[in-house]
Amino acid sequence: MKRVYIKEEVCIGCGLCEVYCQLQHSQSKDLVKAFNRETPQPLPRVEVERNGPVSLSLRCQQCLDTPCIYACLTGALSRDTSTGIVNIDEEKCIGCGTCALACPFGAIKQDYERGKAIKCDLCQDEEIPACVANCPNEALVLIEIEEELLNSKPAMISR
Amino acid sequence: MVNNKLTVKYLIIGNSAGGIGAVEAIRDIDKTGSIAMISDEPYPTYSRPLISEYLAEKRPIDKISFRPADFYKVNNIQIISGNKVETLDVEKHTAELADGRQIAWEKLLLATGGVPIVPPTPGISKRGVFNFITLDDAKLIDQFLNDADGVVVIGGGLIGVSVTEALLKRNARVTVVEMKDSLLNLILDEEVSTMAKEKLQLAGVEVLTSHTVAEISNTSMNRDTVSSVIMDDGRIILCNAVVVAIGVRPRIELARNSGININRGIVVNRQMETSHPCIYACGDAAESYDFINGDYRLSPIWPNAYMGGRIAGFNMAGIHNEYQGGTSMNSLNYFGLRIASAGTVNPPDNSYEVLKESKGSNYRKVVIKDGVIVGMILTGNTEKAGIYINLMRNKINVEEFKYVLVTEDFGLASIPEELWLPQLSLPSSAEDYSIITAEEPEEILAGE
Repeated sequence: MKRVYIKEEVCIGCGLCEVYCQLQHSQSKDLVKAFNRETPQPLPRVEVERNGPVSLSLRCQQCLDTPCIYACLTGALSRDTSTGIVNIDEEKCIGCGTCALACPFGAIKQDYERGKAIKCDLCQDEEIPACVANCPNEALVLIEIEEELLNSKPAMISR
Repeated sequence: MVNNKLTVKYLIIGNSAGGIGAVEAIRDIDKTGSIAMISDEPYPTYSRPLISEYLAEKRPIDKISFRPADFYKVNNIQIISGNKVETLDVEKHTAELADGRQIAWEKLLLATGGVPIVPPTPGISKRGVFNFITLDDAKLIDQFLNDADGVVVIGGGLIGVSVTEALLKRNARVTVVEMKDSLLNLILDEEVSTMAKEKLQLAGVEVLTSHTVAEISNTSMNRDTVSSVIMDDGRIILCNAVVVAIGVRPRIELARNSGININRGIVVNRQMETSHPCIYACGDAAESYDFINGDYRLSPIWPNAYMGGRIAGFNMAGIHNEYQGGTSMNSLNYFGLRIASAGTVNPPDNSYEVLKESKGSNYRKVVIKDGVIVGMILTGNTEKAGIYINLMRNKINVEEFKYVLVTEDFGLASIPEELWLPQLSLPSSAEDYSIITAEEPEEILAGE
């Protein structure tokens, strides 16, 4: 299973991960069009959060136990058993945001214009996700890990 | 001729969120044990919240299905729909269906859901009075409704607001009657409830709060069909239909008749097990653990039903598992107003601390008791709602950082690193994984 992890201490909060994510998820794959001219406007599925010295590039962790899928009202969310990637069926998604209620990281984003939830798909067509490939400081790491070795609990914030 | 006696390892009564949660958990553990699901509705599992889409835009049944069409086949589940369990024998582990069939089971799940609460209002059984719980309810309204019809919706809760939005899309003229003084009062505070009311009014809905319908009446020739309602203050509202959307009560007759412990709903423990071994219950029918209140209560919301069913399923398959608990939590997007709410949003006394901030469309409110968040409401951007709920669920003391909770740009980075960084960082044992890096780009060959 592929997973992206962050080295928070070397993330400089530049936001290039967001830029390249948005580009990757555009129709045109053209930087200017993706940011200025495409309708509906593509949105990044990764978000850089900044708070003083802390910055982190946040995306769906493709949890093994998936509170978002369990919470989904419509059956739009499912987990691809071969890749472990949590996918959204946009035809079924009504953009209610119940998946976001369930995500302990706040990593599921909403495309409010289209009324759909959107999230990291690890750039399934690419060998390396766009955010990882374009991180100038190598703060993002793509790894291959056996499913059994993944942390199985999503309720990760512990007492 | 159907076989008159069926024997299964797992019998699931109900085919909605709880039942599906259970069978998916069972199949995680037990790939082969026989499963039968019974549903009195003639459809494969569908998303109840999407019946509003059916009514609004005739979204076809395959587009409101909760699982893919091959779900039962892939999971080797015998689905018996359009049928009903009439009696249970909890000692002999048998069930008898309406068509006389007998089913013997080892483990049983009561995921029987809820039935609409129907008030004893005079005229309630007239033609043109509907519920809005099932797909068939939505179909009946769909068939009955004509363009520009007037509809009175009784109840300004989630179901009432949901059906109102759908009716507006069908060009109906809608009046919502709510007995309490605000809409969605179980899940919203006064501020956000007022926002919701304004959105409805802006969309052309007449909202009558602090009132009830005294009588469903008719002023026309056809005495069996609704043509008006008479309000508690004597006002008459002309209408062509009435939707009763007061809420649901647990459907517990089967459990009661079988001697299973009942309070308001079916009583279960943290394993979702009833008073009878081998019999489990979940969803709208059961009183499940609430992590905010620390008690067992009815919690008729879809995600809690699924999770309760999932925990029941694990235990039924022999894997001990405890329900972490749910609480009232909802994410709504009605009339363009996005709201996330959870837990105790209206503190009952002054032992609670309330923090709130409002900036443009973004309203943030948290309710804190003894240093722990017990309730929250967000409007506008609700993407980070899950972080609050996770803090609530894990009873994290937020005293040190509570003021960031209501800031507009709240996120993981706003709260102490130790609460999230370990889970987002590389696994601690480097032997467990390999790092994938891009291959060196091949030399570009000239020519072509």
